Amino acid sequence: MQELLQSLAPWLSDNAIFTPATLAQYWGGFVNTVQLVFISLVIGLFLAVPLSIGRASPIWIVRKSIWLYTWIFRGTPLLIQLYIAYYGLAFIPGVQDSAIWPLIKDPLYPALLAFLLNTAAYTTEIFYGAIKATPRGELEAARAYGMSPMLAYRRIILPSALRRALPAYGNEVIFMLHASAIASVVTIADLTGVAYNIYSRYYAPFSAFIFVALCYMVLSFSIQGIFRLLEKRMLAHLQPR
Amino acid sequence: MADASIPLIVSDIHKRFGSNEVLKGISLEAKKGDVITLIGASGSGKSTFLRCMNLLERPDSGDILVHGEPISFRQTRHGREPADRSQLQRIRTRLSMVFQSFNLWAHMTLIANVIEAPVYVRGIPKARAMEQGMALLERVGLADRAHYYPAQLSGGQQQRGAIARALAMEPEVMLFDEPTSALDPELVGDVLKVMRELADEGRTMIVVTHEMDFARDVSNQVVYLHQGMVEEQGHPSEVLNHPSSPRLQQFLAPRGR
Amino acid sequence: MIDFQGYGPRLLEGALLTLELAVLSLLVAVVLGLVTASARLSRLAVLRLPAIIYTVIIRGVPDLVLMLLLFYGAQIGINQITDMIYDRWGWDIFINIDPFVAGVITIGLIFGAYMAETFRGAFLAVDQGQIEAAESFGMSPWLLFRHIRFPLMMRHALPGLGNNWMVLLKTTALVSIIGLSDMVRVAAEATRATHQTFLFMIPVALGYLAITSLSEIGMQWLKKRYNAGFEEAS
Repeated sequence: MQELLQSLAPWLSDNAIFTPATLAQYWGGFVNTVQLVFISLVIGLFLAVPLSIGRASPIWIVRKSIWLYTWIFRGTPLLIQLYIAYYGLAFIPGVQDSAIWPLIKDPLYPALLAFLLNTAAYTTEIFYGAIKATPRGELEAARAYGMSPMLAYRRIILPSALRRALPAYGNEVIFMLHASAIASVVTIADLTGVAYNIYSRYYAPFSAFIFVALCYMVLSFSIQGIFRLLEKRMLAHLQPR
Repeated sequence: MADASIPLIVSDIHKRFGSNEVLKGISLEAKKGDVITLIGASGSGKSTFLRCMNLLERPDSGDILVHGEPISFRQTRHGREPADRSQLQRIRTRLSMVFQSFNLWAHMTLIANVIEAPVYVRGIPKARAMEQGMALLERVGLADRAHYYPAQLSGGQQQRGAIARALAMEPEVMLFDEPTSALDPELVGDVLKVMRELADEGRTMIVVTHEMDFARDVSNQVVYLHQGMVEEQGHPSEVLNHPSSPRLQQFLAPRGR
Repeated sequence: MIDFQGYGPRLLEGALLTLELAVLSLLVAVVLGLVTASARLSRLAVLRLPAIIYTVIIRGVPDLVLMLLLFYGAQIGINQITDMIYDRWGWDIFINIDPFVAGVITIGLIFGAYMAETFRGAFLAVDQGQIEAAESFGMSPWLLFRHIRFPLMMRHALPGLGNNWMVLLKTTALVSIIGLSDMVRVAAEATRATHQTFLFMIPVALGYLAITSLSEIGMQWLKKRYNAGFEEAS
């Protein structure tokens, strides 16, 4: 132990990268990343539930327009969507003198807009797939017992579909966490942004990027663990006793 | 106007899937306490006929009267549809169906399955529905399984649970769609026993089945369907013991020579 | 015609670069994926363990962070090695990492891990009886792999493979951040210069949609090919 500490001591004292100041920056980046991802996910989730029902609607125009939305947002890189939200809003003529400029000037809001629309599109398709996978017989039983389509959605289809969608949604949450790393390109100081700043200041890619890689891994595995627990509880009904 | 004391009258039902005419004008009358079995080879249309009674399939023509009240239809682009959704839902609550593949809702416990439609469709207070539901599960011998999920039960238990779910609606007519066909042979007996008890209570039942012993011993009317038409019908003692149609004779002949 | 204000040719070049990058990294990813999947299914722990560590790390870290680490880190790593060689033996070697090669290797490395999971699942889904049948006819392991195991496995792997390809295609956009002039970078530069976001971003978005749509058609064709003999009799 003594020896180990002694061998570490020069490295620690010599080290310009993991100082209290940079660690505070990393912490700020961590908070920004979690905030950005969490808010996008929550709003995206609330949008996705009605959208997935609409995606299964018998009305052609409703079904097709939601399909078009998810097709566009799932078929193009999030980076493009981020650029469109960021530059597209900022470069509207006259916008820089308008009342909403303070909102747009902060890159956080365009980034949130792009992220939440993106995750809503993926989540819509996940829920839609789960709705489609409702066992036919269970639906027939609901109809045979006099349930209206509304009631059948509320009591039978959605509760079982949302549970079934849980594993796929867990992947989407991790995907969103990883995708959020591009927020740094519009000058948001998220985890990746902070790491990049520290890299360019000290020219130390290994220390800077391996450290954030570890942060992301811890976050990813925590999310995975939470979803495993949720699945165990919510999907218990599918396991034989 | 038809007799309001008769629980279910279906008359002259036609149904086609594409170019294939599955039902070619079938009628049936279920009086109070009748136990009617529908028999026939697979493809004879017996299940389709049963599913037309509660409109899980839309008949192309023909009438359905529940206690004298006719289900109203209207013609749409997609064919004949029930005209009044709320009437359809109300009538369905009076005809409970038991399915071949049970169709219990997988995300709910057994007792939740039983009280679901009474509470949310018929508006019965939850506490009362619980009480009645537990009594029904007791009746079908599943009181100790009330808080199990369907996937944790055997097929026979699931089907008895499904019968309890149907009974909870206090239906005027119970429709059984091959209730024992998906079960392992050793589990069939328990389900048939419950159905026998229901018949003895005087419940009105229409049963699509392959169980000839059940048809013979329990029902008071047997209807033999062949290629979408009624080939022979009457009391089981005549129809099953002295079939007049050669097709029915062949259908009843012991197999496995 | 739309006036791209002089950026037209560069946008086209960027599109071409996106495609080249995507196809080349797909090749790297498939090869890496097959090797890793085989290692993970191996009976030897020495092969299994590195394969597991590789897939777990890649799946836990954002693509962009891996890209930054490999791109900036590899250059410094190589410089340190060449410096060391110079100090010791006096040979002056200078290796500059080409951003394109770095891009192909990083994306290939990232998606190799995803491909490995797809292939592993597909190998496990192959009916063991058919493998035994092939063994009983005296097939060599290599022949068995080429003629029996691989074609059978591909049927199960195809949906996952197609999915990975679509994600990979969109991931190539990240190389614009490390300085490669793919179509996203050209569009971003043009936007900053002219302030006309939609003029440049929408065509690029349509470019991606066109490639994904074409890929979907290609997938249908492949699916038919590998599904031969598995369709339900009708």
